[in-house]
Amino acid sequence: MKILVPVKRVVDSNIKPLVKSDNSGVEVGGVKMSMNPFDETAVEEAVRLKEQKIVSEVVVISIGEAKSQDTLRTAMAMGADRGVLVTSEDALESLSVAKILQHFVTKEQPDIVLMGKQASDDDMNATGQILAAKLGWAQGTFVSKLELSEGKAQITREIDDGQEILELVLPAVITTDLRLNEPRFASLPNIMKAKKKPIETVALADLGIDTAVRLEVKSVAESSSVREGVIVSSVEELMDKLQNEAKVI
Amino acid sequence: MSNIAREQMEFDVLIIGGGPAGLSAAIRLKQLAPSVEICLIEKASEIGAHIVSGAVLEPTALNELFPDWKQRNAPLDTPVNHERMFYLSNEEKSTAIPIIKPLMPAMNNHGNFIVSLGDFCRWLAAQAEELGVEVFPGFSGRELIIEDDKVVGVITGDMGLEKDGSQGSNFEPGMELRAKYTIFAEGCRGSLSKKLMDQFKLRQSVDPQTYGIGIKELWEIPAHKHKPGYIQHSFGWPLDDRTYGGSWLYHFGDNLVSFGFVVGLDYSNPWLSPFEEMQRSKNHPVIKYHLEGGRRISYSARALSEGGLQSVPKLSFPGGLLVGDAAGFLNVPKIKGTHTSMKSGMVAAEAIVEALTTQEIEPISYQFRMRKSWVYKELHQVRNIRPAFAKFGAKIATLYTGFDSMVRGKVPWTFHHGLGDYEKLKAASLCQKIEYPKSDDELTFTRESSVFLANIDHRDNQPLHLKLKNMSIWKTVNWETFKSPESRYCPAGVYEAVDIDKEPKLQINSQNCIHCKTCDIKDPTQNIDWETPEGGSGPNYPGGM
Repeated sequence: MKILVPVKRVVDSNIKPLVKSDNSGVEVGGVKMSMNPFDETAVEEAVRLKEQKIVSEVVVISIGEAKSQDTLRTAMAMGADRGVLVTSEDALESLSVAKILQHFVTKEQPDIVLMGKQASDDDMNATGQILAAKLGWAQGTFVSKLELSEGKAQITREIDDGQEILELVLPAVITTDLRLNEPRFASLPNIMKAKKKPIETVALADLGIDTAVRLEVKSVAESSSVREGVIVSSVEELMDKLQNEAKVI
Repeated sequence: MSNIAREQMEFDVLIIGGGPAGLSAAIRLKQLAPSVEICLIEKASEIGAHIVSGAVLEPTALNELFPDWKQRNAPLDTPVNHERMFYLSNEEKSTAIPIIKPLMPAMNNHGNFIVSLGDFCRWLAAQAEELGVEVFPGFSGRELIIEDDKVVGVITGDMGLEKDGSQGSNFEPGMELRAKYTIFAEGCRGSLSKKLMDQFKLRQSVDPQTYGIGIKELWEIPAHKHKPGYIQHSFGWPLDDRTYGGSWLYHFGDNLVSFGFVVGLDYSNPWLSPFEEMQRSKNHPVIKYHLEGGRRISYSARALSEGGLQSVPKLSFPGGLLVGDAAGFLNVPKIKGTHTSMKSGMVAAEAIVEALTTQEIEPISYQFRMRKSWVYKELHQVRNIRPAFAKFGAKIATLYTGFDSMVRGKVPWTFHHGLGDYEKLKAASLCQKIEYPKSDDELTFTRESSVFLANIDHRDNQPLHLKLKNMSIWKTVNWETFKSPESRYCPAGVYEAVDIDKEPKLQINSQNCIHCKTCDIKDPTQNIDWETPEGGSGPNYPGGM
């Protein structure tokens, strides 16, 4: 069995993003970049399945500027076997990303595409679903538990009412929740080994895929800051503040 | 942590720390002996993420390391073109000090560049990797491996430990990195360097090290005010005459301003807060003018060594050596240490190449080579200036500095540092309490909102990396005599005295730590031990910092 894991290079989740002074987006120059934490969970799960000998090969794919190679190396240091880098300087929308992934699914023929349910930079939560629709595959989203057996996947997904357990027939697109596992720390020897694992690099322009921009960003602004809390001394004071200051009741 | 089975890796040379000194050592080694296998580890999540400096870079060492640095696109983009120096007599008045270049060689910044030292280190790391150096950010050097009285490597920190020290679900034991020679380039007050100085008695017959704390903010200011290449320094207000320190303000890059403040850690008033001194200094017209209307982008702090030549320890020991600010090569009147740090790394590389052929246990020639280098000549000239401030106070020391600089330090005497900084605090009851103004959230800020801009990451449930050796001393000494100075000198709000009306206790918010090491230096009984947290923890200073 073969798993394809798409991984995205994003602004590290510990960085407080800085909005550009012209409100056109977020400053990313010189900022620490890391693998999208949701994708990291997907890589971890795929590598564990490989360690359990359920899966024979884990291929990771990233789309972005040349530096996305670092993200592939991180995934390979965790245990992925090889990488595919699709180079592009453009900001790509979910639909375009799904089309590019579709191209590589056709080429690589994996049994499962295991990917983060969303990227921590734009929080779209759409690429996995679009990809499944385009491929005509089963989809399991927000997965917090995954079990594989003979051409089927049993998944547990987090929903409003609790947990939903579904069975999917493979091939399938499965998107991961952070609860699925706790990713490992890459060890120093594995980081060294990862430097020697193969990465196939393809320019997006050479693939002939329509990645035209369909969404327009009007403005990016910081969310208004949360006001400091106050401790009230009595129920009366609380009621008064809710009625007259906050005007919520 | 020594009972776990650990993997081992072996190299020719191991380097602890990815700052200018460590990276320059790695690069020089590869230039001189390309087949030497080098491993460099850095505790920050990426190279540059823990680097704090002004910084005005003097390119002397860089010219020697890479004469073609321009072709290699080194990030030296803003040459210094205008320099001013102010003495602030009070919160409104200032006197411009004329900079007479022939008489004040340390103040002459012609030919120097305003840089982000973090970005410069990222560039150095790329050069090192191109030459074949294995660079591993995210790994801390946690313990020395000493066999037969010789350093044979270090153990990297364990990853995935729980708060109580037990192994978590993704526990990854640290490993033994072994090498013929280990270069310690941890910067000021390195945790392993400190152990080495004890173990090999490297500080015997030298003065105690004295330190400063530098606190820095990165600002983006309106374009019409921005004059790339302009640098300004101030001393005097808000510090009193007996407290060493002052501000810097550099215009560089894309509407960026580096503003920072240094306070000598030999200060005596336990009520003093370096952070608040920095904040209120921005209200002075000569500083306010530049920052008003701008926005603050990032915040950082780091201790620096100010002792100069008198405080430089023995530099080598069996199996390794100390380079950069771990040894203390900062030139205080120049307020620069990058060029001397880089040079010490390069000289260390030369000594190690020699030692690898002669197979001597201790790379002893490093000490002699340093003594013959321009670093010693430069530091010898300025050796009396910082101690003069401690001896005479700022006003008289300024006059002394003029005289001493005029004769290029050719005086028959050398001033010494008598006591360590931790011994200099006076009892709180004997000192004037300092009332600091409230922050306005536009020009001046709270510690909390500042630390927020340091992008700190310490995995929540890892063990505490800041420990009191003896908890009971805090109450009897730190609280009763000094009224918890750590809650003021820590620039990140790690230390908080709580319950002060009933049963005073020290609360340690170690997840706020920005790795400046001031607590390890200034605690009056040296009771606080700063150890490296899990690799990759700590601040994540952005590009431009």
